[in-house]
Amino acid sequence: MTGNRATDTRHPRDRLADHLAPLRAFAISLCRNGAQADDLVQETILKAWSNIDRFDPATNLEAWLFTILRNTFYSSLRKTRREVSDSDGIHAAGLFTRPAHDGRLAFGDFQRAFDHLSPEHREVLILVGASGYSCEEAAEMMGVAVGTVKSRANRARRRLAELMQIEEGEDIVAGTDGAVAAVISRSVASAA
Amino acid sequence: MQEPTKGKGAVSADMKAQIDENLKRVYQTALDEQVPDRLKDLLAQLRAKDGQG
Repeated sequence: MTGNRATDTRHPRDRLADHLAPLRAFAISLCRNGAQADDLVQETILKAWSNIDRFDPATNLEAWLFTILRNTFYSSLRKTRREVSDSDGIHAAGLFTRPAHDGRLAFGDFQRAFDHLSPEHREVLILVGASGYSCEEAAEMMGVAVGTVKSRANRARRRLAELMQIEEGEDIVAGTDGAVAAVISRSVASAA
Repeated sequence: MQEPTKGKGAVSADMKAQIDENLKRVYQTALDEQVPDRLKDLLAQLRAKDGQG
């Protein structure tokens, strides 16, 4: 990743431009809305610009920017969101009726399932599953314990699988409904 | 705090690999999008303003 190494001797303000695309990608991952993502990146850049003295050049600039972005995102979310509990709970079973006959995830189904995750789940998955951060780095960005990152990532993956109705150990059998799948899934879990 | 029983088990290694492969694709798709001019312009504006002060 360009401009991300601690050895980069340019002033951090001169390195911000290198991070616009990743910031925007992370913002899109969190809010799933291009216009909102652009606003979020703009706010992040403004904050980063005026607080640049608080950035330690020996550390990862992208991680610092991502932290500002996600904190900005959650504080605006708190203003608008009432009572949506951690979202493991969004109503969602049965959104995806088409089983993956070949056992592979179809990308379109995956994207829809991803859209239905909570922002917290999308965040942890993008950080540790896609953008290559370690659980330790993600924990620092998210302001939580490493164990929380790991368990949240596991729950988020599990949730994705549920959303796509691909249950652990499930045979792709016509007529297998959610309840059966849940039983199968439980028995697999308890056998593990 | 007690976690809900449902969804407690971890997904299989194969499922995890497939999910992460798709996650990378989701992220890469967003990464490949053109950065809007207004965001690039913002940095130029900040720099210009900073130069004045």
